[in-house]
Amino acid sequence: MKFKSFSIFLIISSFFLTCILSIWKIMSTLQGLSFTNLNIAPVFLIGILLSLAFILIGNKINHSIKIFSLSFLFSILYFYLNEASPYWYIFGVFLIILFFTNNLKKYSMQSLKEDFISEKIIFDFITLFGIVFFAFVILFPFYIMLVTSFKTQIALLVNPLDFSLDFTKSLTDLFKSYFVIFETYNFGRYILISSVVSIGTVIVTLLFAIPAAYAIARLNFLGKNFLSTSILIIYMFPAIVLVIPLYTVFSQLGLRNSIFGLLIVYTATTLPVAIYMLQGYFKSIPKEIEDAGIMDGQNWFGIILKIVIPLSLPAIASVALYVFMIAWNEFLFSLMFLDSPKSFTLSRAIQYLSGDAETPRQYLMAGSVIVTLPVLFIFIYFEKYLVSGLTAGSVKE
Amino acid sequence: MSDTLSKIEKRTAYTLVLPAVLLVFAIVLFPIFANIWISFKDIQLKDIRIPEPRAKKIVRSISGDESQLEIIYKLRNSSLINGIKDVEFKDKFPKNVLPTNLDSRCIFKSKKIICDFGDWDPKYKENFEIKIRNINGEKIEKTIIKSQKPILDGKAENPLLTTNFTLKNFKKVFYENNFIELLLTTFYFTFFGTVGAIIFGILAAQLVNQNFRGRTYMRGILLFPYVGPVVALAYTWTLLLDPNSGTLNALLVNFNIIETPINLLGQKYITMSILGFEFKLRLALTTVIFFEIWRYFPLAFLFILARLQAVPQTLYEAADVDGASPIQKFIHITLPQITAIISILFMIRFIWNFNKFEDIFLLTGGASGTRTLPINVYQQGFAVSDIGMGSAVSIVIVMLLLSFMVIYFRLIGKRVNEV
Repeated sequence: MKFKSFSIFLIISSFFLTCILSIWKIMSTLQGLSFTNLNIAPVFLIGILLSLAFILIGNKINHSIKIFSLSFLFSILYFYLNEASPYWYIFGVFLIILFFTNNLKKYSMQSLKEDFISEKIIFDFITLFGIVFFAFVILFPFYIMLVTSFKTQIALLVNPLDFSLDFTKSLTDLFKSYFVIFETYNFGRYILISSVVSIGTVIVTLLFAIPAAYAIARLNFLGKNFLSTSILIIYMFPAIVLVIPLYTVFSQLGLRNSIFGLLIVYTATTLPVAIYMLQGYFKSIPKEIEDAGIMDGQNWFGIILKIVIPLSLPAIASVALYVFMIAWNEFLFSLMFLDSPKSFTLSRAIQYLSGDAETPRQYLMAGSVIVTLPVLFIFIYFEKYLVSGLTAGSVKE
Repeated sequence: MSDTLSKIEKRTAYTLVLPAVLLVFAIVLFPIFANIWISFKDIQLKDIRIPEPRAKKIVRSISGDESQLEIIYKLRNSSLINGIKDVEFKDKFPKNVLPTNLDSRCIFKSKKIICDFGDWDPKYKENFEIKIRNINGEKIEKTIIKSQKPILDGKAENPLLTTNFTLKNFKKVFYENNFIELLLTTFYFTFFGTVGAIIFGILAAQLVNQNFRGRTYMRGILLFPYVGPVVALAYTWTLLLDPNSGTLNALLVNFNIIETPINLLGQKYITMSILGFEFKLRLALTTVIFFEIWRYFPLAFLFILARLQAVPQTLYEAADVDGASPIQKFIHITLPQITAIISILFMIRFIWNFNKFEDIFLLTGGASGTRTLPINVYQQGFAVSDIGMGSAVSIVIVMLLLSFMVIYFRLIGKRVNEV
């Protein structure tokens, strides 16, 4: 029993170390280091030796001294077993091993005798591995997007693996792609259009949605239940089936290539989800407060304006942010309705750029960074509101 | 008294709801029904413009005589396909200005020229010339004449509103365009995209539900693919996967994992052999599915995490007392708690993946075996320019969706009863 848990511990922990060190090696390769071998077997061996040493030493020496000396020793071992590499790379290896040994803290000869320890080891290391794996898989494309926008076409063709940034260059050289897309490709205008459309959509959607949501939450009228269930069904319907009729009608009315036309469509498609989210919140406001308003002789308009809206500002904020993100990220309708570069939104402009095979990729990525950054900033800053919005909005993209 | 109150309440409710309902009706519901109409018509993209009579006014001075001017109206039918009936033309002139050589189709009455040009064929063009003269021999201001725009009016059929219907589009949808393959691709994409997203969602939720430092950051990072703009993310992936200079292929070749770069988005099939069995994998479609999973597992993650955090901790404590292993705890406590949310997620994501357009369009444009039903709507309607066909495919999508929803509400209804 002890032998089983012991060997599982050795294998799983070394597997984990191998994975992290491989990711570190891949990332370093992208900094221009010429590694051609992942050296999985030697690294795995180092992992086994390290875990073994850790367990055998046990509590005989102080934990900090133990992990520092072990990490130092094994980094040197790694250095000798691997290809020639610069010192910053080995320092990274040292930090990784330090992190790894620190995570071994709770294991000792004693703890390996506990019940279900093998399962616990597997769970622990899968958790650790999962965190690294998910973070890597998610952030890697964003990283590539960002660094590509700072490179030049020639540098990328010479060595597609070298994403290292040359900070000795002047800032204007580094940010050249950004200058180019603003000057040559008119991105300033597209940012303006995207902002106007998105903010406009938020305002108009709220203007329509707040009264409707209030009526559904509070008032009794014929068809109320029908309305609240059909809201859910309506936003299951995809934009792609609306596109052809809207395209023909908008062509005949001259609404294509107009920001106004786009605004109407965005508002209409986000309204159901906005109403759905808001009415849920309105229902949670105590009715007594509104009754007091009625006693004071307020009409419905006054109640909504002076009581409901101030009380539900957090919900309104989360709806507003959510609608803003939908409108900012929207692509299908802007692809269908906008043909003239005069009225492009950011997403449409980037797609238009990519249509020309001659467009250097760093311009494309610079555009992508510009369209991504505002959403990510808003998301990070208002995460709390947005997460509740996302869960309430449940299905809308 | 209470009767009037409830009447007021009703009236207020309708005024509050009506604007939103009307807007949604016009932009969302009306098009769904309009699809039915269009799908039964033989109509191309170029037909949708209503033909208009147009005139361009050119004013020329006549040398040596300031009291006279020559005007040329370049008349044309804006449509190359459809004719216009009963074209009427009007133009206004200042006081004391008269036309000198008026066409027999026109009359001059109270400072206006009114012409009846009759019917115009498609592509109709004519240069209509007149001369005008000031009867007092004074100078005519060219700019004043120029600024006055002629008014044209005519009766043209709106090709969308004619009542000649045909079943041609539906025949083509079902018999000509490899419909079975289209349907299979759509379901393959939808099913694996959904299942993959949910599996990764469960894994990620299980991770974040444990205690570790930086847990809130991790939750934020996990949602990045979902909140990022699809255009930016899709192009980043295309760049990453590019066979010639993409990072992924370059890395794999560099570390000798593969010998030659693989065109992950442009190759329909790849032959794989596992344990001696050779089979063909839909490569491009699989790659697109991976992108789909990458982008949408955060949503599943968020829902499952919310559910996990609501599971009472005492359940796990009781299990610890009973000496349950981590795997037993997961199978007997966690899983039963999240099956309800998983089944809801499955159905919602299934419907949404079924409708997915942007992701596939941006990654492959529907090439190399990634043509799904929504992509087909776009290709028929805008690449082949056959609006009727596009609508017919839309109708097929709506019908399939409705049947999913019926199943969905049946099952959800049952679930509610169970809980």
